[in-house]
Amino acid sequence: MGKNIDVILSGFGGQGLLFAGKIIAQAGLIEGRHLSWLPSYGPEMRGGTANCSVRLQDDPIGSPLITTPNVLIAMNQPSIDKFIDSVVPGGLVLVDSTLVPRIPERDDVTIIPVPSTELAEKHGFKKLSNVILTGKLFAETHFCEKEHLQEALVRCVPAKHADMLEPNKTALAVGMEL
Amino acid sequence: MAEKNKVVFQRPQSLLPVQTHYCPGCPHGIVHRLVCEAMDKMGMEGNTVGVAPVGCSVMAYDYFGCDMIEAAHGRAPAVATAVKRVHPENLVFSYQGDGDLASIGMCETVHTATRGENVSVIFINNAIYGMTGGQMAPTSLPNQVTQTSPYGRDVTTAGYPVRVCELLQSLDGVAYAARVTVDTPKHVRQAKKAIEKSFRYQMEGRGYSIVEVVSTCPTNWGMTPQGAFDWMRKNMLPYYPLGVYRDVVADGYPSIREAAAARAAECPIAQKGVE
Amino acid sequence: MSEKVLMKGNEALAAAAVRAGCRFYFGYPITPQTELAAYMSKKMPKIGGTFLQAESELAAINMVYGASSAGARAMTSSSSPGISLKGEGVSYMAGADLPGVIINVERGGPGLGSIQPSQQDYWQATRALGHGDFRMIVYAPSTVQEMADYVYLAFDKADEYRMPVMLLADGLLGQMMEPVVLPPEKKNLPDKPWATDGHKGKRSHNIINSLCLQADELERMLIERYKRYDRIEATEQQSEGFMLDDAEYVIVAFGASARIARSAVVQARAEGIKAGLLRPITLWPFPNDAIKQTIEHAKAYLSVEMNMGQMIDDIRLAVNGQRPVDFYGRSGGMIPTPEGTLDALKALVQKVGE
Repeated sequence: MGKNIDVILSGFGGQGLLFAGKIIAQAGLIEGRHLSWLPSYGPEMRGGTANCSVRLQDDPIGSPLITTPNVLIAMNQPSIDKFIDSVVPGGLVLVDSTLVPRIPERDDVTIIPVPSTELAEKHGFKKLSNVILTGKLFAETHFCEKEHLQEALVRCVPAKHADMLEPNKTALAVGMEL
Repeated sequence: MAEKNKVVFQRPQSLLPVQTHYCPGCPHGIVHRLVCEAMDKMGMEGNTVGVAPVGCSVMAYDYFGCDMIEAAHGRAPAVATAVKRVHPENLVFSYQGDGDLASIGMCETVHTATRGENVSVIFINNAIYGMTGGQMAPTSLPNQVTQTSPYGRDVTTAGYPVRVCELLQSLDGVAYAARVTVDTPKHVRQAKKAIEKSFRYQMEGRGYSIVEVVSTCPTNWGMTPQGAFDWMRKNMLPYYPLGVYRDVVADGYPSIREAAAARAAECPIAQKGVE
Repeated sequence: MSEKVLMKGNEALAAAAVRAGCRFYFGYPITPQTELAAYMSKKMPKIGGTFLQAESELAAINMVYGASSAGARAMTSSSSPGISLKGEGVSYMAGADLPGVIINVERGGPGLGSIQPSQQDYWQATRALGHGDFRMIVYAPSTVQEMADYVYLAFDKADEYRMPVMLLADGLLGQMMEPVVLPPEKKNLPDKPWATDGHKGKRSHNIINSLCLQADELERMLIERYKRYDRIEATEQQSEGFMLDDAEYVIVAFGASARIARSAVVQARAEGIKAGLLRPITLWPFPNDAIKQTIEHAKAYLSVEMNMGQMIDDIRLAVNGQRPVDFYGRSGGMIPTPEGTLDALKALVQKVGE
């Protein structure tokens, strides 16, 4: 897989999917590439499955809505069940295996279970499974320069949560080294 | 002898010297004059913006000498709200009838009042739609015959009239609500004082105010002007008693803010930001 | 120039409106335009502006009417069902020659419909948002950058022509984030000697009004206003062409649909079909001139929309029977795909070729 990625990030609301998507988009902005970020919105946000589409490309972006992703990041069971069949052959699927007990099988895509919630808890930051998976995405695809992704993370952590910057950096590093 | 002449009455300067379209015997003319006298007394004509309604006084913009806006039916309070927000230093009033204010515009009326917008509302309640030819109004009395209640307002199907001052006085945003009429010189003087107080409170930033003028419609009621006032005194005033329904200053508060906080004394969050 | 930032379409639009000098925003919550109101509620108190959550859409548009009467740059935003309610006030603004900017971040209809993106309000925006003979300039952005650029322009055009101007977007453009460069803070806003802001004893009173009971007088005013509309039709048409110069098959699409159509054109060219895209940026005035320029080399037109087929009427009027015009669209909140668009284009090629 090259640098052109069409990622769907999906899970429960509150797992930080939109945030992870923003980090990826921000890295694209830093590199001056064409990009789009689109969240699902409406009642889905209330307890159901929330998802977000991020495209990072060399050419202008048509639809920001991704129907055939080449990357899927799934953080709960309903998400993997919903999107697994839409991933293009040769695509990449990252699954939070701590939270997804049943991982479907497909032999034409690369499915990588990552115990990211467990890893996050082990490092003492419970909610950063999303950032660990973002690090893992980088490790698998190198969709941008490493330092640009690190810079993107810094830009995405809001000033009022400055205390979360270091844990986020650590989580990204953990993911990158998996 | 000329030097001994003293002017005791004249057209207020802010009332334009034009012929109005109002029917003979219609109290609109009196109320227009009172509004203009209050404006002149404060020297505010050049800093006043009036908002005319839809209804009989739709063309009031041609009579008041201040800047005027003609609003959509019922929306005058929303328009007045924004005009005042843009120029808080200006005196802003709306002039509305009962259909405009209490029927189609009830939502805007209630919310402008509860926001405590610093505007004055002059409300003419004559219990009928005048301009469209005498239909039932939200303030038409039980059993009152109108074009659309030909057998008399049947409260079992048409419901009951709205008492606007009583309704609005419960809202925290209202600094002043008074009901007056203009059938006698004494009542006219009281009405003038109420309008002056409303304008003064507005310029002092005390909150929303409304002056309800119980009025008549000789044409659509099918009565002489004096006969209409008699009917009004006999039937309307008992249903819509004259008086002051809310006056935060008389209640001992500088403005709606302190009055509202005192009323919610047991609610800690409502005390934030109030001295 | 400010730096490139990542922003949601709704937020970029709000930020650009503020930079255009808008200090009065009146709104009422509705999905999918809520971020716009949220941005204004945060920003306005900090810059001495007014954010007011109105009691209804009716109140909100009439507050725009009031603020504009008083001489201020004012705006309201909503989504489809709420825009229907604003129709009354917009008609009054047109009748009273008041500027103002109205944002519609469309969703699926009719009725309560869906909250997903749609372009079902094309007719409403370009034909009859309210009662009476009147027009609005309607801008249809197709990127987050254009959300910012065209709302910025909308305020100038509204003041220039003294009329309501609409920005017609959709849930996709409102919710998505893209890189955007915000326009600079506007200085020196135009004087408005007609405004009702208090005559200070220095002029006769100003009146803002749409009532005119003399039929001949009202007709005369309408004829005058329509001269202005004629001028707008002659000078304000905007569109963008993509691979259009030699196009035999012209896709016409606006807003979010145009993004999808563009991808389809790229694919079609790769397969040897001489396709091109004409993207109307002003929906009124419709870019008739740009369409007419393509007729000579075009064999057929395909209107791609997120509705059951509305803009196709305007394309047919522009083409005036000289070429076939077909339609491909998805509705109800569904979004057309480049593949679906390409299939529709191929079907058209085959039909015309026969």
